[in-house]
Amino acid sequence: MGPVPSGYASGADVAALLVLLTEFAMLRAPQLRSQVRLYAFQSLVVVVLTAVTGAVRCHPDLYILAALSLLLKVVIVPALMLRLLRELDVGQLHHPAGGGGGSMVLVAIAVSVFGFFALRSLGFHSKILPTATLSVAVAVVLVAFVLVVLRSDVVSQAVGFFSVENGVSIVSMAIAAGLPVVVEVSFLFDLLVAVVVFGLIMRAHHARAGTLSTGALDRLRG
Amino acid sequence: MHLVLIALFVVPLAAVVLSYFAPAKAASPVSAVAGIASFGLCLALVPAASAGTQHALGTFLRLDALSEVFLLATTFLYATTAVFASGYLHISQGAEGQRYAKLFWGGFNLFCAAMVAAPIMNGLAALWVAVEVTTVVSALLVAIDGTDEATEASWKYVLIASLGLSLALFATVVMYYAGSSFFAGSYNLSFTNLLSGASHFSPGAVRLAFVLAVLGYGTKMGLFPVHTWLPDAHSEAPSPVSALLSGALLAISFYAILRYFQVTEKTVGPGFPRAVMAGFGVASLLLAALYLLSQRDMKRLFAYSSVEHMGIIAIGTSFGAPIALFGVLLHVLAHGAAKGTAFFGAGSVVRKFGTKDMEVVRGGASVLPWSGTMLVAAVLALSALPPFGIFRSEFLVVEGGLSSGGDALAAVLVVLVTVAFFGLSWFTTRTMLSAPPASGEGAGAEEVPARGEVSIWIVVAMVAGLAVLVLLGVHLPSDLASLLRDAAGQILPGGAK
Repeated sequence: MGPVPSGYASGADVAALLVLLTEFAMLRAPQLRSQVRLYAFQSLVVVVLTAVTGAVRCHPDLYILAALSLLLKVVIVPALMLRLLRELDVGQLHHPAGGGGGSMVLVAIAVSVFGFFALRSLGFHSKILPTATLSVAVAVVLVAFVLVVLRSDVVSQAVGFFSVENGVSIVSMAIAAGLPVVVEVSFLFDLLVAVVVFGLIMRAHHARAGTLSTGALDRLRG
Repeated sequence: MHLVLIALFVVPLAAVVLSYFAPAKAASPVSAVAGIASFGLCLALVPAASAGTQHALGTFLRLDALSEVFLLATTFLYATTAVFASGYLHISQGAEGQRYAKLFWGGFNLFCAAMVAAPIMNGLAALWVAVEVTTVVSALLVAIDGTDEATEASWKYVLIASLGLSLALFATVVMYYAGSSFFAGSYNLSFTNLLSGASHFSPGAVRLAFVLAVLGYGTKMGLFPVHTWLPDAHSEAPSPVSALLSGALLAISFYAILRYFQVTEKTVGPGFPRAVMAGFGVASLLLAALYLLSQRDMKRLFAYSSVEHMGIIAIGTSFGAPIALFGVLLHVLAHGAAKGTAFFGAGSVVRKFGTKDMEVVRGGASVLPWSGTMLVAAVLALSALPPFGIFRSEFLVVEGGLSSGGDALAAVLVVLVTVAFFGLSWFTTRTMLSAPPASGEGAGAEEVPARGEVSIWIVVAMVAGLAVLVLLGVHLPSDLASLLRDAAGQILPGGAK
């Protein structure tokens, strides 16, 4: 592999930053529908990054991955989630940010800074993507965890889980580009199965509790 | 031998298809036959696994002594749980009952198929996929009864376990990176590659991968502080599912951690991975021992006992002495048999008394003369009393700890296990060995259940579990002992090839 072309490198950094900013937007999104759309946009950025990396780095495998990701993460998963929201007729939550919106963002900024520098200190080198992209991808994973922990509705928690996968897939592109494509595809397939199961359980929860909030999930303690 | 290995992979999958499409009446015998056949096939593989590494379907399937130990635990529970579930389930006649039977047995077999597949997958990526399949299928099985509690438990389970597994996916990617400079170019994460190249991997990346793997798979294994889904899912799932979760699934997750342990030990030496296991083990054991003292729900009690035993297993792994590792692997087998039997007994109590609240259940052993009594025996086994297998395995773990300079840790282990014993035996004797409530006592007193067993199949499954426990405790078959010795050797530094 030659040195990273400068135009491509800055493009990759911008893409990773876009993914991270989308994650922050998801933290604050008051409407569940807009959160799902943000996830679709985030996945689209990852798909474009995958395809461009495939072209620049001559990794034709990445095209297959990009095509499948486009189908699954940009089209099918958001469509399934939006259909679920339409059927349950809930798009708006009364208390979007369970733990206070401002402090949520502060926590997210703190963990993303931590992720950024922690990864730097490990000294990982990517032959495919600039190192900064890798650090930002790790920050994406951490902020997605903050999203799952602090939002108090099941849809945000599910979307948070899906976007953890977006972060991991950028990391995987950066440091494990040689990972056989069949492996990556089985990861994706697995995501689809998870989406279906998440959907079924969300439906069951809504049918019993009449809400998507996790406030009703407080029976099991100790 | 290759055909046997392939058959073991295929039989549970065939049972998935059959139990879903065949008439609902046929589903439980089909599953029981598939379970018993899988256990038989697994026993037939013991000599081959001791002889060396076996491959089948190219290099897709791989069997060595270490995988065989976990296969034994899984297939034994598959067989006994299928028999138990035939007696435990009450399928109603209508269309709803048919639908429930199809979903339950289809999911049951798929869950077992994924757990059987996990230890014979050749590589960390395929292993991850198998473990993730176990998560999504078992989450649906936890939710299948459709109560508020079951829905809550399954949501917590699927969310927490999936997030844990996304860390395990991260670990897989980092492990790939760790080897990429040595293999230069594309390679796959097969154990053959990993174990041969591990000593040249990049140490920093391997350390990160190991910690991520322990956190990720540790979520499914029930290690503190990522165990929080476990008591809920184990207590709210139907009892057959609880038995599989506790006896087999936790073991499979430990197996995944052991694979990372092998590689890490080769790259950075045994000190680091042992310290990580010791930390998680002590924390889990401490938490579980304290929580065991304050439970009301019988299945929750057994769930915390699972956390306790996973803590013992993690601590035993950290000792690193061959005898302790032998004990750890024996513990995996014995804990599977004991916890399976305990949950079968709890299932019998739930069916008989209509509750698992230990403040309500009284006189269990006199109302349920067989399964109640055997439940008490299973709890004694879980508390590591002789003549049961867990006594032998914990003894070996402690002996290994004392012989390898882990005196303080071994002492902590013994103290905490004693605390756990107190909690387990206190609640069980109160519910099972007390006098049954006199009928008509007080105005709102519930009716005293009639004396007698719920189903003969529950008794059969429990007898099988206790028989194995006594066998493991009293006379370890020599083939099994040599298998465990080989498997323990593979976890030692320089052991695995």
